[in-house]
Amino acid sequence: MAGNRSGPSLKPSGKDTSKTLEIPSATNQSTQPPMPLQGVGGHLSERSAGDSMPTVSSPIQAHEFDLHFKYEIAKMHGGEKLKQCFQCGTCTSDCPVARFSDSYRPRQIIRMAQLGLKKRVLSSDTLWLCASCFTCTDRCPQDVEVASVIRILRNAAAEQGLLPSIFKELGSNILETGIAYRIPELRLKKREQIGLPPLPKGNAKAVVGLAKAVGFLKTLGRRGEP
Amino acid sequence: MTTSEKSSNPKFLLFLGCAIPYRVSSYEIATRKVLGKLGIELVEMPEYNCCGLPIDPINHEMMLVLAARNLCMAEQRGLNIVALCPGCAGTLRKVNKKLKEDKELRGKINGYFKDTEIEFKGSIEVKHLVQLLAEDVGIDKIKGAVKRRLAGLRVAEHEGCHVTRPAEGVGFDDPEDPQILRELIEATGAKYVEYTDRTACCGAPIVGVNDKITLQLAREKLVHVKEAGAQALITVCPFCHMTFDTNQPRIERMFNETFKIPILHYPQLLGLAMGFPSEELALKELRVDPTAVVSQMLEKREDN
Repeated sequence: MAGNRSGPSLKPSGKDTSKTLEIPSATNQSTQPPMPLQGVGGHLSERSAGDSMPTVSSPIQAHEFDLHFKYEIAKMHGGEKLKQCFQCGTCTSDCPVARFSDSYRPRQIIRMAQLGLKKRVLSSDTLWLCASCFTCTDRCPQDVEVASVIRILRNAAAEQGLLPSIFKELGSNILETGIAYRIPELRLKKREQIGLPPLPKGNAKAVVGLAKAVGFLKTLGRRGEP
Repeated sequence: MTTSEKSSNPKFLLFLGCAIPYRVSSYEIATRKVLGKLGIELVEMPEYNCCGLPIDPINHEMMLVLAARNLCMAEQRGLNIVALCPGCAGTLRKVNKKLKEDKELRGKINGYFKDTEIEFKGSIEVKHLVQLLAEDVGIDKIKGAVKRRLAGLRVAEHEGCHVTRPAEGVGFDDPEDPQILRELIEATGAKYVEYTDRTACCGAPIVGVNDKITLQLAREKLVHVKEAGAQALITVCPFCHMTFDTNQPRIERMFNETFKIPILHYPQLLGLAMGFPSEELALKELRVDPTAVVSQMLEKREDN
């Protein structure tokens, strides 16, 4: 695998698409981790450091295959075409993030989903590197909604408590303010000073009600009231 | 202006989203100025909540109900939505389309609203600012509103993925070779500059997960923009803007390079061409100082 491409060369280079299942994760990058997972708090790092979880590049054991996984995904909105992927690699070669990551390869994520390597793919740090630009989805010759399959996998990981802390923060802000950020008082005052209309108060109560109904409190690791 | 004067003007609910009021009010300020002059009436939407996009990765259903709630409230007002953030616009457009087409999903989502006064009926449309400018104002009207052509100014654009992608859900312009923002830029008289990988993502959505990759992506685009000889880069997204403008000094330090490329919101560029004084367009709020480029463009137009 190529090293960090921070030099002047701007060519998309060094993509090794031959090793389908070799996906280095934070656990096996002993030499200079190419992508420090800033903001990925607790869960992911602790879990992937534990030896009970198979690392993404360790040899695959027969018992790891969950043969129903791909059918589960195909039932979800956006996952319908997963089985049509024939591993051409268009998604990876056109992925802007893959060009600067030594580990994020959408094609490999799709393959792991097809094979039913559920634990590996859901506990993989690289799952969280998709920028949701939808280039892969728009260019897939098999009409696989690659970015949506990744979203389905992320949702499933989050359900197990495997999610970067940034998402918990954004989610908590939404529950408390209605929007994803906490806007400082000073900024609100400045808005009025420069003649902008005041910002909405947000309807946190309505949002919390919906969050309970769809299980979002559980996603954030909360039981009752936020 | 009084209500009667404006009554025939197109009216839109303004969906501000989260990032613009949080950090990019310059985009909002310039948009309000420009749209006001172009005869678009913006109605405030104080009851809105997050579009849902930021938490889609962890709970898709929560995204759906958040987006649907906004759509329902716009339906109650009987008004179409304009969003300045492509993330909000794209999310609301996709969910609106999905709920209009998928009766089963619509029933499920409305089930969550059953104890409230809202219900998704599918009676409104959502547009991003670029789409509104192209379709509800029109290129000809924009050209007619230009008081000082920015001839001689060379600008590139970074449109932002969610204005056009995913093509199936968003259904606007051609994501592989978008032309509408280009036409809007050319309407100001500025010279549109092509550059390598102009449709590539800025990387903003993974800030907080891996900032380094974002900065590498943004740096590469700035290199291409500079190589193409553009004097400014035009954006229509608060996240892209933060990536290229707010983070530009950080990128310069990280890679030991100098770009000094001013990043203007499209309504700022248009506003200058329409004759607004630069102080009314919040140009001072930009991190990368645009003064030199702005004064040059205003001088140049006098020569033309």
